[in-house]
Amino acid sequence: MNISILNGHLIDPASGIDQPMDVHIHGQQIVGLGRPPEGFEAHHTLDAGGLVICPGLVDISASLREPGPSAKGTLETETRAAARGGITTLVCTPDTDPVIDTPAVAELIQRTARKLRRARVLVTGALTQGLDGQQLSNMAALQTAGCVALGNARAPLGNTLVERRALEYAATFGMTVILRPEDPHLRAGGCAHEGAVATRLGLPGIPSAAETVAVARDLALAEHTGARIHFHALSTAGAARQLREAQAARLPVSADVAAHQLHLTEMDIGDFDANCHVSPPLRTLADREALRRAVADGTIAAICSDHQPHESDAKEAPFPETAPGISGLETLLALTLRLVDEGVLSLSEAIARVTCGPAGLLDLPYGRIQVGGPADLCLFDPEAHWTLDSAALLSEGHNSPLDGWEFRGEVVHTLFNGRLVYSRDRNPDDS
Amino acid sequence: MASKTPHDIQLGPDGQLRHFLTIEGLSRDLLTRILDIAESFAALPGRPVKKVPALRGRIITNLFFENSTRTRTTFELAAKRLSADVLNFNVSTSATSKGETLLDTLRNIEAMHSEMFVVRHSQSGAAHFIARHAAPGVSVINAGDGRHAHPTQAMLDMFTIRKHKGDFTPLRVAIVGDVLHSRVARSQILALNTLGVTEVRVVGPRTLIPTEARALGVHVHHDLESGLRDVDVIIMLRLQKERMAGALLPSEEEYFRLYGLTNERLAVAKPDAIVMHPGPMNRGVEMDSEVADGPRSVILQQVSYGIAVRMAVMSMCMQTHAGGGETA
Repeated sequence: MNISILNGHLIDPASGIDQPMDVHIHGQQIVGLGRPPEGFEAHHTLDAGGLVICPGLVDISASLREPGPSAKGTLETETRAAARGGITTLVCTPDTDPVIDTPAVAELIQRTARKLRRARVLVTGALTQGLDGQQLSNMAALQTAGCVALGNARAPLGNTLVERRALEYAATFGMTVILRPEDPHLRAGGCAHEGAVATRLGLPGIPSAAETVAVARDLALAEHTGARIHFHALSTAGAARQLREAQAARLPVSADVAAHQLHLTEMDIGDFDANCHVSPPLRTLADREALRRAVADGTIAAICSDHQPHESDAKEAPFPETAPGISGLETLLALTLRLVDEGVLSLSEAIARVTCGPAGLLDLPYGRIQVGGPADLCLFDPEAHWTLDSAALLSEGHNSPLDGWEFRGEVVHTLFNGRLVYSRDRNPDDS
Repeated sequence: MASKTPHDIQLGPDGQLRHFLTIEGLSRDLLTRILDIAESFAALPGRPVKKVPALRGRIITNLFFENSTRTRTTFELAAKRLSADVLNFNVSTSATSKGETLLDTLRNIEAMHSEMFVVRHSQSGAAHFIARHAAPGVSVINAGDGRHAHPTQAMLDMFTIRKHKGDFTPLRVAIVGDVLHSRVARSQILALNTLGVTEVRVVGPRTLIPTEARALGVHVHHDLESGLRDVDVIIMLRLQKERMAGALLPSEEEYFRLYGLTNERLAVAKPDAIVMHPGPMNRGVEMDSEVADGPRSVILQQVSYGIAVRMAVMSMCMQTHAGGGETA
């Protein structure tokens, strides 16, 4: 099948293209940009007048819940949500049930996702068996089974020696280790940033130092072992500063930030809004501004959804007893575009942080538009205004604190491997 | 732009009290009205008829997820003096331990036509959670949630202070001890500031004072003597034994030596300063027995005023739901 996408404005930060340009697709591949290749005949044309054509988004961290309790989500539901969010490549976290510590689980997820054909699902293998933080996983086998990185999700590593060995062993195979930096002792029973709001509401606090202490330790071990570390979901100004200094010293370290962390602060908890219960916690305005600066100057090269879908019961309890997390796939692009409106990023930079930025961190050949590459595209209307109705999210998790927010910029079409997997005005799966 | 209008769940359309969850967001007028109404009930024990028929035939449920004999008893007495029927549920020992969720428990008890829940729970925000999910027409009174709030305790303390001092505005108040874990302290600070006192101080070691304590509108002292100097009211907080295990304090002995209230230390406060304690008190840890039993101590009065204040809050909330109108 040949498709021509006409009259759109193409933005591909990886190649620097930012101009009106047609895209021609044959099968799963892009075969022409601008003029169609010789002899190309389109069977279908898609009018992208008024729309931006950008690479399909790459989300470097999403919890997709399969295998695991289906009430929180399945690959079926979550890839559908991803398609609506313009995301064509997802890197799923290893905290499935059972966890991704064997080739069988890694392969099961990839096989199921391939059948669904709605998004490319890549997997992060567990760094330790059962995420227990003690015994190293069979990293070489996980790599062979397709794992693109290793990590321990939100589970802490038992001690510094285990961390050192895990980094060294992963480095043996050239694998990137994704760490969520948090000192479990300083976190203790905390559920909100240790600041003015937690003080007012009497919520057990998580100090900023829980993150910066861990980052300092991890950086020292990165230097010692030479391992490649990627920090997931930074939340503090201090960690952004530490990372900037480490990068200046040429350590091979990178980071992402969750999209919501660039917009919400501890103040949004209001009177115990459990949808604002997230880990790491929402922090102060000063932290948010420092994270925005780090995203703007490229210290933080990726914005991720940190998608954590939950069934409604998980949020129906007193705040400290609720499950942390936000269902974020369907708001990743909107929250990123909002940074353009708020003067933090140019449009091209914003797109880079959710396409070639994250892809580059894991050396993935996605998140770019090039002849011969996969036809993964997101077409969005930069002027469309819409209001989020969290009840209408396609994700199984409707847990979003952004209910009622008004956004500018809406996904109109998503193509994955040359296939239209989402259209705003109709559901392609129904046709 | 994002907009979450912070609608105060505690107040009805005309600004009357619907629920009593926290002091935060309540006006000085409303707090004063609670104290005034409590004043009218406080006279009752001296009369031959101790009951008023205000809530005859209505059902009030004590829903305690955390044990507290004293608080539950005063709520029960308050409800009975208002002629209400009282149900007592100690949920820690029944349903939730069998896997029933908090909401299931709530729905079951609502089915018994209870019009008011008096809730105590170990988690901050539990009372707000229950109020948000309660059926229309059901009031929730917070009898203590985690470290968050204990507003009726704070109001009975305000009642005690007003009894002794009259006007709030010239007062300096020191709250001493484990402010970090204290829902009582949070509610007291809010109430004192709303009622317009001159100064609220918190006194304790850094491990027991919240990092952002100043955001609560208090002055922080780490030295007891400077904290007590020239104050009119001293509120001593209870020290839980488990604070030693959590590496927050080295020992009770050292705590008493630094922050325990003795007659000698009391001397730096105003000559007519009163000493309060929300109880239960650890003698020889928070204060010397000679202070606790001395002429400046008003600790036992606090307990008896508790019933009047709880009657006031209950009747105000129930009147609201009965279709408005002022409580007499």
